[in-house]
Amino acid sequence: MIPELGYGAAIVALVLALWGAVTAALGARTGRPALLLSAQHAALAVFVLVTACFALLTYAFLTFDFSVRYVATNTNLGTPFYYRITGVWGALEGSIILWTWMLGLYTLIVILRHREGARELYPWVLTVMLGVLAFFLLVITVAAPPFARQAPVPADGRGLNPLLEDTGMITHPVALYLGFTGLTVPFAFAMAALITGRVGDAWITLTRRWTIVAWYFLSLGLLIGGWWSYHVLGWGGYWAWDPVENAAFMPWLTATAFLHSVMIQERRRMLKLWNISLVILTFSLTLFGTFLTRSGVIASVHAFTQGTIGAFFLSFLALVLLTALGLLAVRWDALHAQGELDSIVSRESAFLLNNVLFVAATFTVFFGTVFPLLSEAARGVKVSVGAPFFNQVNVPLFLALIFLMGVGPLIAWRRASFDNLRRNFLWPVLVGVAAAAFFFSLGVRSAIAVLVLALTVFVASTITVDFARASRARVRLGEPLLPAMGGLLRRHNRRYGGFGVHLGILIIAVGVTGSQAWSVQTETTLRRGEYAELAGYRVRFEDLTASEESNHFKVAGAFTVSNGRGLGVLRPAKKFYPQETSPIAYVDYRLGLREDIYLVLGDFARDGSQATVKFQVNRLVSWIWIGGLVLTAGAVLAILPEKKKAA
Amino acid sequence: MRVRLAPVATLFLAVLLIGAARGAPAPARTVSEAEVHEIAGGLRCVVCQNLSVADSPSEMARQMRAIVRERLESGESPAEVVQYFVDRYGEWILLSPRRSGFTLLVWLAPLVAVALGLAIVGVLVWKWTRRPATTGAARRVDPAMRERIRRETEAEP
Amino acid sequence: MSRRAWRWLIPLSALPVLALLAYGFRVNPREIPSPLVGRPAPGFALTTFDGAPLTLEAQRGKVVVVNFWASWCYPACYEEAPVLERSWRAYRDRGVVVVGVDIQDKAEAAQKFIRDFGLSFPNAPDPTGKVSVDFGTYGVPETFFIDRRGRIRAKHVGALTDEVLRTRVEPLLGEPAG
Repeated sequence: MIPELGYGAAIVALVLALWGAVTAALGARTGRPALLLSAQHAALAVFVLVTACFALLTYAFLTFDFSVRYVATNTNLGTPFYYRITGVWGALEGSIILWTWMLGLYTLIVILRHREGARELYPWVLTVMLGVLAFFLLVITVAAPPFARQAPVPADGRGLNPLLEDTGMITHPVALYLGFTGLTVPFAFAMAALITGRVGDAWITLTRRWTIVAWYFLSLGLLIGGWWSYHVLGWGGYWAWDPVENAAFMPWLTATAFLHSVMIQERRRMLKLWNISLVILTFSLTLFGTFLTRSGVIASVHAFTQGTIGAFFLSFLALVLLTALGLLAVRWDALHAQGELDSIVSRESAFLLNNVLFVAATFTVFFGTVFPLLSEAARGVKVSVGAPFFNQVNVPLFLALIFLMGVGPLIAWRRASFDNLRRNFLWPVLVGVAAAAFFFSLGVRSAIAVLVLALTVFVASTITVDFARASRARVRLGEPLLPAMGGLLRRHNRRYGGFGVHLGILIIAVGVTGSQAWSVQTETTLRRGEYAELAGYRVRFEDLTASEESNHFKVAGAFTVSNGRGLGVLRPAKKFYPQETSPIAYVDYRLGLREDIYLVLGDFARDGSQATVKFQVNRLVSWIWIGGLVLTAGAVLAILPEKKKAA
Repeated sequence: MRVRLAPVATLFLAVLLIGAARGAPAPARTVSEAEVHEIAGGLRCVVCQNLSVADSPSEMARQMRAIVRERLESGESPAEVVQYFVDRYGEWILLSPRRSGFTLLVWLAPLVAVALGLAIVGVLVWKWTRRPATTGAARRVDPAMRERIRRETEAEP
Repeated sequence: MSRRAWRWLIPLSALPVLALLAYGFRVNPREIPSPLVGRPAPGFALTTFDGAPLTLEAQRGKVVVVNFWASWCYPACYEEAPVLERSWRAYRDRGVVVVGVDIQDKAEAAQKFIRDFGLSFPNAPDPTGKVSVDFGTYGVPETFFIDRRGRIRAKHVGALTDEVLRTRVEPLLGEPAG
């Protein structure tokens, strides 16, 4: 009964979404408020129905309703309570419901925030949002129905994929999807701008916060994904340039480019065409991402594939791309305004360069991701394009971007005079060069590591110079230091929020560099009491213990870690799940600011007399997570409402 | 005729040694973890999704790492070891495509993208900085507009 | 083309990309063709579970079916084990040898597998994985069909069926051993 209710709710929601989209469009054309109101009610109803779907599916999970095929494939009687809730979005069908629910939520927020303010654009924004909702509801009802029944009803389910039994499962998809779905809003506004012809700045001003929020959630989703990969997958890395990771990274790159080029449009009224193109590209990349994850077209860790769903997503992607780009071509004249630039040495140039680099990086990642397909189509030979390639080609681009992070915020608009350059950059450049020499003298030999560290110091100095100078100006006017600094942050929260985000990225860059350049590992077989040594740490194998958990059997090895003084015992394990043919590695680690100790249990003797262990000392990985926290603080600061100037 | 033994023996020994040196396998050498890691890092783990043989925790990867080590120890060069795997699994096993032939395209892509982007931006910047400075300067107002402004300002209630 | 028309290149440029993605539906990224097909099979020297030596050299002149399996490979290896045994019994007098190579496995589990399915053809473990890598295997089960002259003629990935075995072996039987 419950599943049928859920399915029914989805169908009604689909019809209402279509109804709402059509009504909103008609309301836009005819200007009749009643139509718009009807569309709004439809949107509300859709949200309520999708919430009901979600709730019903969760109920089916909680009550072990194995007659529902999705429930049976993703839980079993031993699955712990909280994983029965998070497992709802653990596989294909449920993840689409989560996506749809978020879209519905965002649509409601758009209605509440913009129904008064954006008279011309709003009806079309609603049309587009409801249209996208209708597509996802179509997928739920036709291509990947979560409530499909199965007979005979099995006595026990298969169980959740053990890799998903982790806190990362609770947060990673949620954050990532909030980011992806959030990017639908700027896209809807851009489409509204194209349809109405109002391609000026209104749509950009209205979507600024939306873009930052969506961008932030996407960043968070990517970082949590990295954390999850690091502490669950057992290979000691956080980013593998897997096609699905790339698919989430590409919209992040173009969204970041967009966040920056928007500032040029706000100040100088240029780049309208470019900004709209970027938004269309970003949204298309999010669709491409869901297509890639769900179509099985390129092999990946996130292989959730099923039947015709790939065709659905590709068709929708085609529809969106061709319509949006077609509208762009129609409105070309209004968009294609002549720009004005006073000098090539200016903030405008820095932002343009920033965009070139981000889009070049996006293209590189995209081309590398689809290249295996291209190779097969063109000459029938299968090739792989993996991490070594992406690391090599992206490093120069990212180094240049880090450099720009230091230059951009401080260089003057229009034309940077020699004086302006000297005042802002002399100190940071000197400090940066000194830092390079310093690190080299410390023994850092990798050129890239030296560059990253020096550039980080350079950028951090520019931020410090700017903040110090501004604080000093306030202090000179009589304000005490701390309130002066606080006031600065609050008054110019966009700017300093941006600096905060840049700082976060810098810290992440240092973490990535450190972990790539200086991590070490070894793999040995140890008998009881024997130890292995690496980087000053000693790891001694004590014994193996076996235990029966609610839904798996676990064999854990106890290893004492010390580096002169005892650091405790780590227990990496192998978990044996009945539904998996091979055991899942359970990593144990000890995190630190400078380095992490990371152990993975390999083969072991039945009687516990010996065990193979992979022992890694990973350097600076914690900086990546810390950078994420700083980035969060920066993003929060940036979206605070503007403080009105004192009269 | 008496043949001098010593020179003949030396010659004979020399020939033997030279023959032995050319035919014998290269001497075994100790191979560092780092060398194995580097080669294994470029090979794709065949049972995983997108992990390298160096990173993968799977049994097959472990066996492959051992094979890499063994082949290096027996004197094969890194390129030969890699070629051994390519001969058996195809180009697919290389995580980084070869920089020649068709796959050169994927290496050129970033260069082309950056070059194209810079070229387009360069052209635009050149066009945009050519414009005479109109900022701030009073634009010429056409007479009809001027008339309308006059009428409206004079028609204040 | 007039200046107005160039702008339509933008939406049109999306088409090749979409076409490439659509092409993706026709291929299976997990199917990697073997470069060894048509080339001489790598030799191997193993010891069966019964202690007897097993080399490829010794089978020269016969059609050899080399099957890679493991006791943890469920359900595929379990489905094909009876098929292999049947084929062995049917073809052994016609000059066909079925050889099983057990990889990444534990001896007791493997021997239990052999006992449970009553496999009477030679089975040997490959403890270091060298033979499996030599043949370019990337999973289990995989089966190679080697002709009388020692060349690999076909590779089958996944569980075998009587049908597949027949269609692969019969043509090779008709060939000369010279």
